[in-house]
Amino acid sequence: MDIIQEFKDVVENPYNYVQDLKHKTGKPVVAYLCSYTPEEVVYAAGAHPFRVFGVSESIARADAHLQSYSCSLIRGVLEDSLTGKLDFIDGAVFPHTCDSIQRLSDIWRMNTDYKFHTDVVLPVKLNTHSAREYMYEVMNKFKTDLEKGLGVSVTAESLAEAVDTYNDIRKNLFRMYQLKSEHPGLISGGEMYAVVKGSMIMERNQVKEKLALLVSELEKSASQSVDTGRKRIILTGGICNHPDIYKIIEESGGDVVWDDLCTGSRYFEGVLNRNDDPITSIADRYCDRLVCPAKHSSETSRGENIARIANEHDADGALFLFLKFCDPHSFDYPYLKDYLDSVNVPSILLEVEEQLPSEGQLKTRFEAFIEML
Amino acid sequence: MSENIHQKETDKEARKIKSVKRMKEIMTNYYIEAKTADQHKKKIGWITSGGPVEPLIAMDVIPVYPENYGAMIGASKMGVDLCETAEGMGYCRDLCSYARSDIASSTVNGGPIGGLPEPDFLVCCNNICGTVLKWYEVQARYYKVPLFIFDTPFSHTEMTNEARRYVEKQIYEYIDFLEKACGKKWDDDRMVEVGKLSIEGQRLWQAVLDTCMNKPAPMSAFDAFFHLALIVTLRGTQTAVDYYKELLEEMNDRVRQGISAVPNEEYRLLWDNLPIWYKTKWLSEKFASHNACLVADTYTSAWCGQLDYLDENDFLKSMVEGYTSIYLNISVDQMANTVLKMADKYDVDGLVMHSNRSCKPYSLGQYDIQRIVQKERNLPSLMIEADMVDERNFSESQTETRIDAFMELVKENKGAIK
Repeated sequence: MDIIQEFKDVVENPYNYVQDLKHKTGKPVVAYLCSYTPEEVVYAAGAHPFRVFGVSESIARADAHLQSYSCSLIRGVLEDSLTGKLDFIDGAVFPHTCDSIQRLSDIWRMNTDYKFHTDVVLPVKLNTHSAREYMYEVMNKFKTDLEKGLGVSVTAESLAEAVDTYNDIRKNLFRMYQLKSEHPGLISGGEMYAVVKGSMIMERNQVKEKLALLVSELEKSASQSVDTGRKRIILTGGICNHPDIYKIIEESGGDVVWDDLCTGSRYFEGVLNRNDDPITSIADRYCDRLVCPAKHSSETSRGENIARIANEHDADGALFLFLKFCDPHSFDYPYLKDYLDSVNVPSILLEVEEQLPSEGQLKTRFEAFIEML
Repeated sequence: MSENIHQKETDKEARKIKSVKRMKEIMTNYYIEAKTADQHKKKIGWITSGGPVEPLIAMDVIPVYPENYGAMIGASKMGVDLCETAEGMGYCRDLCSYARSDIASSTVNGGPIGGLPEPDFLVCCNNICGTVLKWYEVQARYYKVPLFIFDTPFSHTEMTNEARRYVEKQIYEYIDFLEKACGKKWDDDRMVEVGKLSIEGQRLWQAVLDTCMNKPAPMSAFDAFFHLALIVTLRGTQTAVDYYKELLEEMNDRVRQGISAVPNEEYRLLWDNLPIWYKTKWLSEKFASHNACLVADTYTSAWCGQLDYLDENDFLKSMVEGYTSIYLNISVDQMANTVLKMADKYDVDGLVMHSNRSCKPYSLGQYDIQRIVQKERNLPSLMIEADMVDERNFSESQTETRIDAFMELVKENKGAIK
């Protein structure tokens, strides 16, 4: 499909795309690297929210700032910044999630020279009234910081429009996932990956339009979709920066039918309440949606959630996909695995660094796993 | 010849810190009391090392510190075994070794003092890291006990008013939680007393550390790692105050008599990050062999670094800043400033940094601090790659070579300044 190809092109060359977008529209570009960034506010400020993943093939300059036991995400993104690949951005925003991103924010602020830098120091627990109030205040402060930093004003109208745009985008991403879960042969895992990731890079009105088109096309062709005969796999972890994973799983006899990823369902879960003040609804969504393991909503919420996903999507197996040195995810692994075991969903764990293990090696592992299901 | 040996032995004996014995007694009693808590109808609350312990003391709860236990595990070289047990449970080897060894020790019969007494509830304050949140979630599921999270927003460039309000509200939530968990009423007057004792204890601890401004220093950071235990575990009690009075007196005495921690102190160094618990003796002797004394450290001073914020007359409210602004909850540039101040205060000749695989908030940013210290004070620095508990991440021969090379630099640098 042409639409999917457009997302793929953006994902292949994110920096060229955004640089070009900035050149054409004059919009300031605000980089971020975590789904706890209130993108809606950036969008409402007339800026372009741009999620960075790091494109450098090897790390050299970031090694002078970050130890080798830091994850590939923060090392990769810092490398891109220090080598000038991100010179076109106007600034970056760092929401408080894990210890590594928190320290990256400091190092970034001390060693780069963008116009704008802000931290969104979110609460870590999300299940109390005072945390919710604080979340609201933090979102409001972010709005003010953004206004000051970019020299713009964020109006009630622009926020209301942002709420609608993001609800639309998230609704269609959700719908695409549902269709994939119902008809795994309808769209490949790699294609889905490109669409979700591209949605965090591409201009959001474009995203909104293209997703609506894509979903209606998928709905039309859903009935003709053929059964792949493959096992149903769910992915869980932090970010996925390796589209090849999907292809290798498919070649090994599995379809990824749902996920609990920061670059997946956690990005689009949750609806903004249109009847509320927009900042309140943005804050509420963060308190209510599925949490990243760096946040706390209860001691068992993530376990219950992964079991629910496995049940709802009739999973045969699960793949834990972690970045090496990602502490929050690694801590949750034994207990999430227990939850999956309790609903009879076998799982395997794959830790990845900058590069994936060789395709052959992965295929052997996945085939052995899928055969067992 | 034999006279020489005799002299050396007498020297060594004179250099020993006498209070060590008292400290061991207090810690033994403390753990005995904790392990027999139900006999005394007392509750056990597990709490993080940076957490607000004073309300627990005010409620007559016995605070227990898994991190202190982690240090004991490291020092008694039981770390590798317990870490491997945790890995067998599915915890990745890259995770914090305090957390891994504590989580493992809960499930086995063993570990120092035969394991920690089980908690009635857990108090997790994330001012030291995000790891404690995950670790305490694990323990809350394991022991099926309530968990209170004291959430202290990170201060990158400032502590915001939003954060202040949020933390203040949590102090009252914390009190509610304790009333429920302990089944008894909160006592404001008792809290005032405990607050005063806490501040007094911290002042005394700071005064003890300050004796190392003397040349030669009467104690070293390696001694501080040991004597720290009470200001962490029994902060807010008369026991801690009395002990540190005694220790301070001993240190002042040593200063008067010219008894130094290191026989011929020529070089003064500053330590950064947690101790390498299983190698403190070796490191201490290694540096002493170069006539170098680690006269101060960023770690033990964290338990008295907030005195400016704490207020005897309104202790509870002053906990807001006090607990949110601690060393690890601030940005790398603010940490570098603290390091520079300490370098000046203790007049050091170099910086020794432990790049600790177990502790990202402490370690990420060290390279930048190293550069700032080099630029601002022209001080050489050494980076030791290790881990606080997991000995598998330490190479003695490599570290030895690096210390020797570093000490050459320190000597040259100091010579050049002279």
